[in-house]
Order: sequence, then structure tokens, then C-alpha cells
Amino acid sequence: MSARTANCPNCGAPIQFRWSSAVQTTCEFCHSILVRHDVDLTKVGEVADLPADSSPIQIATEGIYRNKAFQVVGRILYEYEQGGWNEWHIVFSDGASGWLSDAQDEYAVSFQATPPEPLPPADQVERGQKALWNGVRYEVTCLTRARYRGVEGELPFEYWDKADRLFVDLRAADGRFATIDYSHTEPLLFLGEAVEFDDLHLKNARQFEGWS
Amino acid sequence: MGAGAPPAPASSVKALNCPNCGAALTIRAFEHTLSVVCVQCLSVLDAKDPNLQVLQQFQERQRVEPLIPLGTRGKWRGDVYEVIGFQVRTVVALETAYSWEEYLLFNPFKGFRYLTQYDGHWNDVKTLRAVPERVMAGGKEAFRLLGRTFVHFATASAETSFVMGEFPWRIRVGEVIAVSDYVAPPEILSAEVTEGETVWSLGDYVDGGQIWQAFSLPGRPPAVQGVFPNQPSPYKGSLKELWLLYAGLMLALLVLALWSFNLQGREEVFSQHYSFAPGRGESSFVTPTFELKGRPSTAELSIHTDLRSDWAYFNFALINEGTGQAYDFGREVSNYPDEGSPNDSTLIPSVPPGRYYLRVEPEMSASGSRRGGVNYELRVRRDVPAVSFFLLVSLFLLIPPALLSFRALGFEKARWEESDTPPTWAKPPSGDDEE
Repeated sequence: MSARTANCPNCGAPIQFRWSSAVQTTCEFCHSILVRHDVDLTKVGEVADLPADSSPIQIATEGIYRNKAFQVVGRILYEYEQGGWNEWHIVFSDGASGWLSDAQDEYAVSFQATPPEPLPPADQVERGQKALWNGVRYEVTCLTRARYRGVEGELPFEYWDKADRLFVDLRAADGRFATIDYSHTEPLLFLGEAVEFDDLHLKNARQFEGWS
Repeated sequence: MGAGAPPAPASSVKALNCPNCGAALTIRAFEHTLSVVCVQCLSVLDAKDPNLQVLQQFQERQRVEPLIPLGTRGKWRGDVYEVIGFQVRTVVALETAYSWEEYLLFNPFKGFRYLTQYDGHWNDVKTLRAVPERVMAGGKEAFRLLGRTFVHFATASAETSFVMGEFPWRIRVGEVIAVSDYVAPPEILSAEVTEGETVWSLGDYVDGGQIWQAFSLPGRPPAVQGVFPNQPSPYKGSLKELWLLYAGLMLALLVLALWSFNLQGREEVFSQHYSFAPGRGESSFVTPTFELKGRPSTAELSIHTDLRSDWAYFNFALINEGTGQAYDFGREVSNYPDEGSPNDSTLIPSVPPGRYYLRVEPEMSASGSRRGGVNYELRVRRDVPAVSFFLLVSLFLLIPPALLSFRALGFEKARWEESDTPPTWAKPPSGDDEE
């Protein structure tokens, strides 16, 4: 991962990229959302203060997934009526990009996948529907209408100013899961699996007073 | 929030006051907490609202004190957990209310898990992230998860009847959720069906004593009553061992039986040919003496005749020459085309050693005499193994495993009696006219 630096077009503060392929980042001084076009950074918006949350993961947390080291470089925060969850953007030592989600301290790692056939439109998905991807049988277990709450750090795509969006969760019998994210022009498919906290071997995780 | 500087450690306890009664409130699960219930006045408050809006005031039902106080910490399943919430859930069946308790445990890295308690039975419960696969097992609805088959036990509507402490969801007293339980002792799989989704959880039966130790609780856990759906049978392990032991003993017995039938003495001590025709003088006679040796044992007397479509009857007495002790018995030999045999044999058990002779008194039909009577041979053999002895021993050895099996069956019966769909052998005797 080659660290690249630039200056914030809004306040001039130095912007350091942890991931060379980042498409979007945020300025930690003026909270501008910056999108990279070639070598230039363009301010596209501003992040509102993110609400306090209690994820033990934070930007720059490091960990291991399937024997590969990763670092947390960005984050998307969602809210829905029963709480919220974080999608932490993780980048592996070989440059691959994935997501570490944390919903009330339940963790999962997923990667964007190319569906073998087009994904169904949002209005044609319902609970109980079955899907087969990469030889794994999934079942639609939950449709969540979530509110985009904010972003932080480096992301692999432009992502800001979103309205309520539909997320379709699918699960398999062995703990693997899939998510169809309807917040982009074309729905995106993510395939992943549930992971145990201890198996991630996190470093630079957040600390909680009174807990070690 | 800067990328470089990590945020200050989250404070473990947020100090707040109940807007209803003014009592101090503690929030232990940081921003995860969505609802907090005042321990003093039992108002349900919105933890995300800056003013802690009262969502539900007072609880009509009687106050329930948790067995594990809120705020108790203990090392459980390898991690430190803190008890942060307590709820009682109630099911009404046949006009009787059944209530169980749920203790919500929290660790800021490992998240949430539950301890449930009913009649002294405890389960350690975690929500599942896999979807169990629906199957059938013996005509009953079942689910497969990680290689185990969970059989349907009961489905009921559970009402949240009492709450205290904090919860990472919007809790309400009076909320009703359909709960289905499937069992594979010592585990229980539960499905809670709400409008939005089905939440699966997996419970593991635990001994209350373990919880008391882990959370350093005073006194003893409540006494266990009855049999819980996923309670492991206390007989299962020992039953298997006992049946294995029985199988081993039976094998040894079989070897012993084969040995005794093939190799044991069966010494022939007497053999003599005779003939008899009725009406020709005195029919009874005594044989020469012969010796029966060794310990008290069996003696076999066999009769071989040339009877055809006829019968003969023999009165015998086996008489000890020294003591005069006599074993009296009679044998009928009949041989017809459709039934019978020209030969017969009988075992005389426990005959002490000594010199013996036989007194023999044959009888025959008058028709037999016309055909010239009967020729026969008498043989006496010592030490003939008795099949009945081996049968008796094997039956005797059967008693312990059979008794334990009976008790194990009683345990399974007690378990399944509470099920919605008990197997026929576990149905309550009467009073239930459904199904």
C-alpha cells in the first residue's frame, strides 16, 4: 500500500491516503467529503458529525482475516429503526478491498461479488426467496430499509448524500451470508461470512473504560 | 472524529436520572442501548432520546427481582460479561401461565448473550447467524444445524411480562412474539417470528451451579423441578455403558455355554439294551449299578426304542445305592406317523455323586403286545449342561440394564409430555381430548 498525500481543496490540510485505489475520502479537519479525479481532489459535500457509537473497531484498526492482514481505512454508518450498524472498509496487504461489518458487536467480513445473472429489482424481492451463488444456497431472511447516516475515511466508490435505501440480507445454513445493496444505480452483491471477534486478532481496537 | 487520533475511551457508565421518578439510571452497554427501564419506577425510557422520553409508564404486573442482580459481572464462557437487562416472558397454556426469566449479558467486544431460567433449569443462549435447514424427523417438523437435527417441541405466543435494565432494542411490556422450540439435548434451537424476520437462537443447557460460581452469587441456585425440553438425560451415558457391559457378559456366557456343551464331560456311565412285552410276567426290574462322579451335577437318561405307531410308558426311579435316596419320574415314548419320536431323554438336575441304579417299570398298550412288544436301550450320561441355567443367568443379568432403560424412558416421557406434539408413548394418560 503506497501512502499518497494531497491537500484538501477546501482547507488545505494534508490528506494522506492509506489505500492507493481510494475513490473518496474525508478531510479530518474540515469534514469535507473529497472525491478523487485523476490527481485532483474535489469537494462534493460535508459530513455531518457522526453520532457516538460503541463499535470496538475504528479507522486504523488492524486485523487478520483468513491469514491475510488488513487495515480499516473507511466506514459507512447506517441506521434503521432497531439501531445501527457500521460497514468498515478494510484493505488487505495485497491491495484487495473488503468490508468488515459490525452490528451490535456481531461481526462479518464480505467482499463485493459479480452476480452470475442480473440481481432482481428492489420491488421484486421478498423474504423466503432462494438464491444460489458460488454453489452456496442462500435464503432471503430480512429486508431492511436503512438510513445512510454518514461516512468517514476512504471508500472504493463515491458514497455520500444518500436517502433511505433497501438492504436485502440472505443467509446460508453454515453462517455464510449475502447482502444486496440497493443504494447504487445498479444493485451490488456482497458475499461474506460471520466471524468471531477473537478470530480477527484486532490491534489498535477501541478501548472501553472499565473493560480490558 | 479524526482518522489519526483514536477517540477517548468510552465511559463505562453514563450517569442519568429517570425523568419520571428522578432515580439514578445507569447505562452499561454504551450506545448499543436503545431502551432503558428505570429500576425504581419501572418506566420504559428511550435511551436515544436526550430527554429520556418515557415510552411506557409503570408496569401493572408484580415486580420481579432478578436472581442475578443487574450490574453483576462474571467470567462466562471465556469472557467477562455484565448483566445489563432482565425480562420475564410468559406463555399461557390451558389457562395456566408459565413464566421464564431472561438475563441479558454484555461484553463491549463480544456483544450480547442470554441466560434463561425456568424452574431451576438454565440455558446459555446466543443468537444465530446461520439459517437452520428445515427437515422432517420421524414425521415431525425439525431443523438441521451444523450436523444436528432439532425436533419440534412446542410453539407458543410469549408475552414480555416484566422488564428491568437496558436492552439494545426497543422493548415494550406486553409485546407478544411467537416462539417455536426445537430440541436436540443438551441444545435447544428457538425461532422468534416477528413481522420483519425470524430470529434464530441456540441455547445450551447449563447447570445453575456453574452460573452461581461464574458470577460469584450468594447461596444456591433455585432447585431444579421437572424435566426441561433440552435437559440432557442423566441416564444416557450410563445406559450405554450398562448395555455394553451386558453385551460383554452375554458374550462371555455364550463362550461358556459353547464350551460346556462341547467339551464338558458328558460321560456315558451306563448303557444297556432291553425288551418288553406286556403280560409276560413281572415287568419291573433294576439295572446294574453305575457310578456318578464329581460334584452334584446333572444326569441325563435317554431312551431309544423301536416303537412304530405305538407308545410305551416307563416309570423310573434313580436310586442311590448308599443312601437310598430315589428320584422318581415317568416318561412316555410315543411314535406315530404324524407325531412323536421313538426316542426320549430327560435331565435329572443336581444329583450328588455316588453309586446308583435304576428301577424300571415299562407299560404298553394291549395292541403293542400283539406286535411283539418293544426293544429299547437305556443310557445314562453324567454332566450334561442345562440350557435353562444359561437362560436364567442371561435373564438375571438383564435386570440392571432393563431397569435403567425403563427409568431413561420415564425421563424421556417426562420431557415430551410438555411438548405440543408428544410421541404416542409420551402422551399424558387422559384429560386431553384433542388429537
